Amino acid sequence: MIHSLFLINHSGDIFLEKHWKSVISHSVCDYFFEAKEKAVDPEDVPPVLQTPHHYLITVHRGKLFFLSVVQTEVPPLFVIEFLHRVADTFQDYFGECSESVIKDNVVTVYELLEEMLDNGFPLATESNVLKELIRPPTILRSVVNTLTGSSNVGDTLPTGQLSTIPWRRADVKYTNNEAYFDVIEEIDAILDKSGTTVFAEIQALCFSSHNPRLLDDVSFHPCVRFKRWESERTLSFIPPDGNFTLMNYHVSSQNPVAIPVYVKQSISFFESGPCGRLDITIGPKQTMGKTVEALMVKIHMPKAVLSANLTATQGNYTYDLPNKVLVWDIGKLNPQKLPNLKGILSLQAGAPKPEDNPSLNIDLRIQQVAISGLKVSRLEMFGEKYKPFKGVKYVTKAGKFQVRT
Amino acid sequence: MSVQNFPPIYSTVVEIFQWLKSVYKNISFPEKGSCLSSGRSLAPRGRRSCSSIGCIVSVPFGSHNNVWSTGRDPAIWEADTDAVYAALSHHLWSTFTAPEAKSSNEDLKEMLESNKESLKLEAMKRVVGLIAKGKNASELFPAVVKNVASKNIELKKLVYVYLVRYAEEQQDLALLSISTFQRALKEPNQFIRASALRVLSSIRVSIIVPIMMLAIKEASADMSPYVRKTAAHAIQKLYSLDPDQKEQLIEVIEKLLKDKSTLVAGSVVVAFDEVCPDRIDLIHKNYRKLCNLLVDVEEWGQVVIISMLTRYARTQFTSPWKEDNEKAFYESEEEKKDQTEATPYTMDPDHRLLLRNTKPLLQSRNTAVVMSVAQLYWHLAPKHEVNIVTKSLVRLLRSHREVQYIVLQNIATMSIQRKGMFEPFMKSFYVRSTDATHIKTLKLEILTNLANEANISTILREFQTYVKSQDKAFAAATIQAIGRCATDISEVTDTCLSGLVLLLSNRDETVVAESVVVIKKLLQTQPTQHSDIIKHMAKLFDNISVSMARASILWLMGEYCERVPKIAPDVLRKMAKTFTAEEDIVKLQTVNLAAKLYLTNSKQTKLLTQYILNLGKYDQSYDIRDRTRFVRQLIVPNEKSGALNKYARRILLAPKPAPMLESAFKDRDRFQLGTLSHSINSKATGYQELSDWPAVAPDQSVRNVEVVEPSSSESEEQSSDESDETSSDSGKSSSGSEKSSSESEPEQKKKTKTKKAPQKKSKAAAAVTAPSFGPVKTHELLHHMTGKGLSAKYHFPRQPCLYQPSMVAVQVILANSSDHSLEKIHIGDRSPAGLNIHCFNTIERLEPEASVTVSMGIDFSDSTQAANFQLCTKEDQFSVSIQPVVGELLMPSTMSEQDFSKEQGKLLGMNETSATVAMATANTSSQAVSKQVLSVANVGVVSSGPNDLHRFAGRTVSSGALVLVSLELKESSALLTINTEKSVMASMLLRDLKQALALA
Repeated sequence: MIHSLFLINHSGDIFLEKHWKSVISHSVCDYFFEAKEKAVDPEDVPPVLQTPHHYLITVHRGKLFFLSVVQTEVPPLFVIEFLHRVADTFQDYFGECSESVIKDNVVTVYELLEEMLDNGFPLATESNVLKELIRPPTILRSVVNTLTGSSNVGDTLPTGQLSTIPWRRADVKYTNNEAYFDVIEEIDAILDKSGTTVFAEIQALCFSSHNPRLLDDVSFHPCVRFKRWESERTLSFIPPDGNFTLMNYHVSSQNPVAIPVYVKQSISFFESGPCGRLDITIGPKQTMGKTVEALMVKIHMPKAVLSANLTATQGNYTYDLPNKVLVWDIGKLNPQKLPNLKGILSLQAGAPKPEDNPSLNIDLRIQQVAISGLKVSRLEMFGEKYKPFKGVKYVTKAGKFQVRT
Repeated sequence: MSVQNFPPIYSTVVEIFQWLKSVYKNISFPEKGSCLSSGRSLAPRGRRSCSSIGCIVSVPFGSHNNVWSTGRDPAIWEADTDAVYAALSHHLWSTFTAPEAKSSNEDLKEMLESNKESLKLEAMKRVVGLIAKGKNASELFPAVVKNVASKNIELKKLVYVYLVRYAEEQQDLALLSISTFQRALKEPNQFIRASALRVLSSIRVSIIVPIMMLAIKEASADMSPYVRKTAAHAIQKLYSLDPDQKEQLIEVIEKLLKDKSTLVAGSVVVAFDEVCPDRIDLIHKNYRKLCNLLVDVEEWGQVVIISMLTRYARTQFTSPWKEDNEKAFYESEEEKKDQTEATPYTMDPDHRLLLRNTKPLLQSRNTAVVMSVAQLYWHLAPKHEVNIVTKSLVRLLRSHREVQYIVLQNIATMSIQRKGMFEPFMKSFYVRSTDATHIKTLKLEILTNLANEANISTILREFQTYVKSQDKAFAAATIQAIGRCATDISEVTDTCLSGLVLLLSNRDETVVAESVVVIKKLLQTQPTQHSDIIKHMAKLFDNISVSMARASILWLMGEYCERVPKIAPDVLRKMAKTFTAEEDIVKLQTVNLAAKLYLTNSKQTKLLTQYILNLGKYDQSYDIRDRTRFVRQLIVPNEKSGALNKYARRILLAPKPAPMLESAFKDRDRFQLGTLSHSINSKATGYQELSDWPAVAPDQSVRNVEVVEPSSSESEEQSSDESDETSSDSGKSSSGSEKSSSESEPEQKKKTKTKKAPQKKSKAAAAVTAPSFGPVKTHELLHHMTGKGLSAKYHFPRQPCLYQPSMVAVQVILANSSDHSLEKIHIGDRSPAGLNIHCFNTIERLEPEASVTVSMGIDFSDSTQAANFQLCTKEDQFSVSIQPVVGELLMPSTMSEQDFSKEQGKLLGMNETSATVAMATANTSSQAVSKQVLSVANVGVVSSGPNDLHRFAGRTVSSGALVLVSLELKESSALLTINTEKSVMASMLLRDLKQALALA
């Protein structure tokens, strides 16, 4: 199983290493650095690498590489899933998963890694259990710890590991219980030049109770009783403490998906001079009567584009020269006055005219509507003698929403 | 500051230190060793700021308050905290000891040896910081190892981290710590036992192998499943340390495989895979149990169990794929259905059980679990059932980049064999411009695999978009893909070809080059109609500079020179001019072209050929010189060339088979899907081949679990032997009925299966006696508020269970406090799944205000783990749980005083637990003592003389292990001793007894 873990930053420094079996020299990472040199983008480094004696499985999160060393056959997804779980845990504990935060909390990180794997096999990966073993740091606690000499390690030992519901601590009691459900749906779509939908589907996190025929494929948090879902299409579960993803579902491309906005665009580069023209207008399409918010357009420009001189009727635009990314932050979409971005792109002199027009990546949010039409019809709670607060919120977002030009 | 007056105020300095740290906490003070971890390399920097800090520290010894108000700007602190901190500690400690040449490790050593807990902890944190950075901290070993027995949990944990890292290097010193772990292995707290075992087994020192072996054996019988899980991990560690222990370890594995806990199952299978993957016989008896437990096992365990069961199933069941066209299937693209099948295939019920029980896991949130189920279906399910995994795999494509990569690789392999599976989801494989290159390439691969006559136009339109991509490597891959579509689907060959020809005028060189190469391959398949294209390419030749493309065009010219008789010599003429400046690959093809033209059109090209051959003769590259010499001998007739010359035409202008444009994933199916080997396309270390289906299924009855009615006269060996026989008999005779009732069968078996009770086999000295009567405590099972009127209470009647001797009898009083009658009260699902409960018969009707007492039997397997089950009425289900008290897991045993002493003598050492109890005054009489003890535990009083020693004897219900309690009264206190091999039970019992005796 997992032999060692190295954390590597973008500049190629190994800033943390942990071995669960015998120690492996960090020179094994050289093979990874070699592959990283070859790749244009850090995302392009292959996740699985073979070296003469080891196999390197890498995950890229934030600006960090989690590189694990494996010596024998193991399902690669097993390792990848685990590494992401480690990153999630750091995120959960420290609010972000970055080099500085890990360096600041190196002891907690080490303690966590120690608990999460034994001999390379995952031991405790549930956040609720881990938090009982090792308390997450807070500013207050670290001050108190320094003054009193106490520590982050829990002094009571956890019970969750041993119960049949490992995701929940025993005896969680609060004076008031609240249950909030966020139904977050994301539209993945590819629109072509003429605005026709090439591909669209809805991905969602969280919760549903009815209209199950629509749901193509679901995955659940382990707390959901699967048998009940299969027979009655009701989600029945004992919730973990805190935030968690109850369920993911997917409405596939075979069902018609409402596309909330349309885009009229023309990007062209002149054959003659070193410049091009850009004109983008966005308007509402099927928004279910709600306002489209947080509208944003991101364009990865061809390398030759040097600068953009544009005028936006609404919102601001920025052009990030080193990364060649044009971002147009529109905000709320006003159906009466459609936002428009127009102007000139100047190209590097002498560079050939770009072959391909860049595609637009669109980000948006619609509050209080689940675009699939899904609704939480009923929410019941058992085992509590008082009436807890319950709330459901719907949000539709753009997932991987791309317009080709 | 003088060295002399330093020691007295030493603690003050430390306090200042702590205080400083708390003040600077929010400006990210590097307490975790991040500054010191750089060790000596920081020294110059540290020393630089040393002087400035020196004054700060020296001033405030009298008054803390102005420590940092001595003129240093906080901003400087912030900027320079690392250096400051290093310097501060450096300074403090270097002044404390010798002034110069003290490394920071030296400081740490002294902190570790101090007697202040906080200081030790601080030092350990920095040491861990060093380890995390991969710095050497081994010289601190003696100082660290002293703290191994610390009371502070965090300090202890950090010492453990250190020990595991360095024990191998410092073997002698590491041995000092061993006794601490041995002690900890006997702790009542399961987490302490588990972590002691974890560390003990991680210390890779071969001297302690016997100790580890002993610890593993004990832990594998521990009451806590968590400890047993740790034992399973320790097996692998010990095996890698000393493979000679294999046989003994296999015994432990065998024992743990029988474990019913969901916590243990995954870990023991990992151990099995590592130590003895070939011992399939160990799995037989546990196969059904594993299948049934699977849904409840933790997610990581699920992955390993599923892949192990996949391999198992391939050795035990016959192929569900139709025999006669199985081979053909691999070649064919669509599933062939053979309606006229001679021998009807019936699936082994165990095979079906596995498929059925893994299916729900497709809904897991863990991508590795989903993938492992998908591969299981791929390798084991009948062909028409494999489709159910498609959706789940497509769902995984929403996950992280790395997950996508692996899943796409597997889909690529699957889609070669079975287009139909993924064709409806074709659009999910459309490429986005933001995808990583390797993801794009994989998606392209899959789209190409999915292409057929019906969807090719859609796919080609999509490809046209990709060709224009800014990512040129991807564009080139797309051209390759178009080439593959063109060869695979003859309808579109022409369309593709003309599309590729258009690309020849593309501005980008790589695109053009790739097109040329692909066109070359396509033309080879049908050269007759395409002289136009060859001409076109000749025209473009001047503008193409990528050598691979130039070489391809030259080869085409040579190969089809008779179709372009006018152009070919001209191309050769141009090449003669630029020959010296070309790349090797182009030169070689020029020589080829020259030779071919010489043979077909020697009139026009003789001189040119001579010239080129001469240039080649003096080329720098020996390959070219070599080739030139060979070609000259071959084509130009002279006396030395001999017979070969006659065949020159046939050699050079032989018809050549067209190259196959194939998927890179063509042969990946030799590896089990989802494995590392599949991902890297070569056999990884430790990869276990998936065997072919056996032609004839091995004996199925090996998986039957013993069905033995408890019969008291049999010894253990006899009973298991006999049961094997009987069950295999029944397996053969009733194989037909077994198949039909496959679902209920394993469960039934489990229900009737008894724990082999070793009580008969062991000592005959003690026999089970009549129950001892103590006060009966009633516990609530279900409150009438939660039970919608149904309430339930239970107590332990302390009677031997009627149903099975290994069960604890429980009486349940059911009452109806609602206003309507309740119907069909019965017991539903239970957990853990393997829980052995004898249920009461369904109560058809319970009137309002009525109550009824029913008895049940539960096999707690000598553990205090709660038995959870569902109490069901006609309308509702209520989850309830019975939590046994340790004393109720015993049954009394009578024995004489002599027998008691004899047995006690055998259970000394680790099997003995004792404590001094403060006795409440009311409890000093022997009657009161007996009453209190009996109230806690179901044990029998051993009659003894009128002294102050009270003895009680009992056996655990499930395994029949002796539990001996003795109490020696000494005025107001008493020495309470418990002797039993069940050490965990002993410590729990001890605690309960202590409480009971201390109270009134």
